[in-house]
Amino acid sequence: MLNQSDPILRLENIGKYYGRFQALADISLSVQIGEKIVICGPSGSGKSTLIRCVNRIEAHDSGRVIVAGHELTAKTRQISQIRQDVGMVFQSFNLFPHLTILQNCMLAPIKSRGLDRSDAEKIAQNLLSKVHIANQAHKYPAQLSGGQQQRAAIARALCMKPQLMLFDEPTSALDPEMVQEVLDTMAELASEGMTMLCVTHEMSFARQVADRVIFMADGRIVESSPTEEFFRNAQSERARSFLRRVDL
Amino acid sequence: MNNFDVSFILDSLPYLLKGLQFSLILTAVAFSCGIALGTILALLVHLRVPVLGLIAKTYVALIRSIPLIMVLFWFFFLVPLFLGWLSGASRPVPVGATWTAFITFALFEAAYYCEIIRVGLRAVPKGQFEAAAALSLNPCATYLHVILPQVFRATVPIILTQTIILFQDTSLVYVLSLTDLLGAASKLAQISGRLTEFYLTIALIYLVICFGASQLVWRLRKKTKLQ
Ligand SMILES: Nc1ncnc2c1ncn2[C@@H]1O[C@H](COP(=O)(O)OP(=O)(O)O)[C@@H](O)[C@H]1O
Ligand SMILES: [Mg+2]
Repeated sequence: MLNQSDPILRLENIGKYYGRFQALADISLSVQIGEKIVICGPSGSGKSTLIRCVNRIEAHDSGRVIVAGHELTAKTRQISQIRQDVGMVFQSFNLFPHLTILQNCMLAPIKSRGLDRSDAEKIAQNLLSKVHIANQAHKYPAQLSGGQQQRAAIARALCMKPQLMLFDEPTSALDPEMVQEVLDTMAELASEGMTMLCVTHEMSFARQVADRVIFMADGRIVESSPTEEFFRNAQSERARSFLRRVDL
Repeated sequence: MNNFDVSFILDSLPYLLKGLQFSLILTAVAFSCGIALGTILALLVHLRVPVLGLIAKTYVALIRSIPLIMVLFWFFFLVPLFLGWLSGASRPVPVGATWTAFITFALFEAAYYCEIIRVGLRAVPKGQFEAAAALSLNPCATYLHVILPQVFRATVPIILTQTIILFQDTSLVYVLSLTDLLGAASKLAQISGRLTEFYLTIALIYLVICFGASQLVWRLRKKTKLQ
């Protein structure tokens, strides 16, 4: 078993190419249980690619990805094991449109965790209440607002009882008035001790929730600092100019 | 010229309906087997399965460039020869007209359904595959529970339209001397000499069925557009 002090996620010198284009270069990162990390940086800097390498939505080309003590290789069983432990929330929600919200939440626990229906339903109802959309359980995704859909997507990921949650710009596709409700849900999750790796440009959220901020540019980690330090006194000029543009 | 005489039609209606029944059964069987085989072919192409994917692609391209009536003839005349050669018998092994019709239509329609489903598969957003993968669903569960249901929903109108064409095409089994709706009518017409009455009647039957089905497709289209 994992010791409390062992990192839940360790990336060692990750490299990733799209053809000849290097999307990630020499990324090393260690995430402790319960830690909340915000990743920011200009568009195209490799933030999505980085978190997608954690659950092998993208395969890294060099280096090592170790999740909960298991190294991620091409082995199907290992990949599916790690995906059970890692939840992911996408910018565009990616709910299954032909299933109700409740069915969206029950599918994976039944089909990949092997839960029986009644257990899966109990867990799903519970988590839907937690993200405050219990009364939408029997609707289809298209019948919900963007904010509700994203909260449903968070609940769906949580139904797998993950040890680590990945968020890829979860509020970027939302109308401005719905951003806060999703951020609140995420902050609530953070306060309950969930380990989170979150790509976002919502700097007030980062200030409020993150233990550490990682700034990326050109496929590299340029800066990785405790949140307060990052905002008060960013080391690199690139991070400082980025903050000037993003922050209010 | 004969006068238009309805009584002939009424007397022979049971025989016509038996013909219609054959047409409908042939349509239903070709539809079910065609969808099943077409889906498998589409998945082989979509997943780029080595060798099998290429075979599926070639098969579909080939079938779609040959008229159905030729496939019927080929199957009827060449497959018996081939079976004879396979089994080492000196004479051809007859397949029979009915079997020829069912097998040929299923194989032929599979190619058309395959194309529809393949295009439908390509239209599913990448995010759906990614969400399924992130939830640790295996490829089988992903296609069965996430991807294919969306594909079928999106392609129902096109699949039904293709099936209406299939129903009309079943009249080609007439060349195998099978008694479908057209076959029944032409036999009766020959015997009675009442060509006009019989051909008009079955034209009406084809029209009612196909028009009704088209209306259904049209309503489905409208409904899916509204969603
Ligand atoms: N599937 C892909 N094929 C080719 N290039 C890609 C692909 N995905 C991302 N890239 C490129 O990799 C770089 C990093 O992309 P991404 O990780 O999405 O950046 P970010 O999320 O920080 O905006 C970009 O330049 C992008 O164009
Ligand atoms: Mg991105």
